[in-house]
Amino acid sequence: MDLIPQLLVNGIISGALLAIPAIGFTAIFAVLRFPNFSVASLATIGAFAGYAANVGLGLPAVPALVAAFMVAGLVGLASDEIALRPLRPYGALTAAIASIALTIVLENMVRFGFGNDLRGYDLPLVRDWRIMGVRVGPQQVQNLALALVIMAGVFAALKFSRIGKAMRAVADNPTLAELKGIDPVRVGRLTVFVAMGLVGAGGMLLGLGTSIDPLTGFRFILPIFAAAVVGGLGSIPGAALGAMVVGIGEELSLLVLSPAYKSAVGFIAIVLVLAFRPRGLLGERAY
Amino acid sequence: MLSYLLATLTFAGVYALLALGLNVIWGMAGMINLGLAGFFALGAYASALATVALGLPIIVGIVIAIAFAAAAGALLSRLTLNLRGDYLAIVTLGFSEVIRLIAANEIWLTNGSDGIPGIPGPLRGTLTPLEFNALSCALLFAAVGLAWWMTERLRRAPFGRALRAIRDDETAAAVAGKPVRRYKVQAFAIGAGLLGLAGAAYAHFTSYVAPDIFRPLLTIYIFLALTAGGTGNTSGAVIGAFFVILILEGSRFIEPLFHGLSGAQGAALREIIIGSSLILIMRIRPQGLLAERPPKSLRTQ
Repeated sequence: MDLIPQLLVNGIISGALLAIPAIGFTAIFAVLRFPNFSVASLATIGAFAGYAANVGLGLPAVPALVAAFMVAGLVGLASDEIALRPLRPYGALTAAIASIALTIVLENMVRFGFGNDLRGYDLPLVRDWRIMGVRVGPQQVQNLALALVIMAGVFAALKFSRIGKAMRAVADNPTLAELKGIDPVRVGRLTVFVAMGLVGAGGMLLGLGTSIDPLTGFRFILPIFAAAVVGGLGSIPGAALGAMVVGIGEELSLLVLSPAYKSAVGFIAIVLVLAFRPRGLLGERAY
Repeated sequence: MLSYLLATLTFAGVYALLALGLNVIWGMAGMINLGLAGFFALGAYASALATVALGLPIIVGIVIAIAFAAAAGALLSRLTLNLRGDYLAIVTLGFSEVIRLIAANEIWLTNGSDGIPGIPGPLRGTLTPLEFNALSCALLFAAVGLAWWMTERLRRAPFGRALRAIRDDETAAAVAGKPVRRYKVQAFAIGAGLLGLAGAAYAHFTSYVAPDIFRPLLTIYIFLALTAGGTGNTSGAVIGAFFVILILEGSRFIEPLFHGLSGAQGAALREIIIGSSLILIMRIRPQGLLAERPPKSLRTQ
């Protein structure tokens, strides 16, 4: 049997899921100009919020995903206001260090509440489909569809809504945007809320296939960063494209590498892009 | 109790070496390194393998550890030299993750998650455990003293002045004719070498290394040490390291006072305190306990 079509299908699915948190990470970079490493813990918080809604309240996957988005968005916004926004004037790197400290604090709050045990979502078990020798689970297809719907929503909002246009304006030229009467603080808050919401939803989507624990988000940061850097840090379509490259690359790496090194593929991708095309595939323009 | 105290002081020495290394990279040159755990692990494993697998003397192992960590530092900083510091942040964080993956999975080399036991320490076996702890403590303090003296000299030297100029305004330093790129790579390599030295010291003192020991949390501990002590201040780095050990060890004694906390909850609470204190200190006193003071020029001394 042929392995490559199966790996390609798996790669496209995991790339689409990865794109959601990668878009969040890169959007914060585009508007606020610093790498916010607290995405690791907010992906975990989203995954746990979705778990609480799914297992605790008995909600199906889609409403649970909305819960993951809302909780991660609100926690992300609150923690940014308290911990990171006051430090941003000191420079991007200071804010980056503080965001690592923040991610440790948030991750351990999850650990304090839920413990270190592995937890699984309560989803109906369905038999995998076989299409021309390729196995896909209906759950995977649903996740893929959800990821694509979310992405379409993000791109439509950026392109057509006033708020999306304001975000792009601030990302392009904050000074000019302010002259035009756009309040950068408000746009920053909105970006953090939506971006962290996406990170949280992405954390849940990535966790749906396996089980989750307080380190869930941390395990995905390497591919998330890789997706953002490969596509061009700060470029939203770039993050989506980069996530596809990383997702497919991770799966194809299974042909030559042991599965344990799957997440190292992200690092290799970062190194290759920085060595040969430092601005990423699509450059650093936000949209 | 004395043995525990000596062991704790030895760990404080390891942290002080890490803080001194980070001080060269972040404090003096203003370059970020979020992969401290990776350089620390690289040094620990390099020295452990050189002494256990190859049977080399400890001192050779330590030199190899420093060389490996410095080379890795030079490579990573070289790779992101033309880009904003954000990229170095991402690359160092990723590097640390890859080192952990290699340590956990290349069983033929690192023995996987079982780790490498039986790493030789100076005179271990011929001394009683208490005497060994006393000797390690003394050696570690000597190493910290040496590293303090060397980095303080570096700070006062023209090289250190140039690094501060680069940190504060890279373009201006370049216009003034400073070899910005070369100096940045050199500073990162020197700092990374000290991180590797700390790893080697840790391995020989505890006699055991495993992938779990090198968690990313270490990066936060050391940033807290440096920020609390005073970023850019050599003595501040050492004092900050002792401060962090005081919080870490002190919380062990406070923990039993809170009844009904599980082990995981106690550990989680400790990390919450560490992370929050770093953010708080950055807010309230960003210059730290001992603020950086520019060295007096040689003529007025």
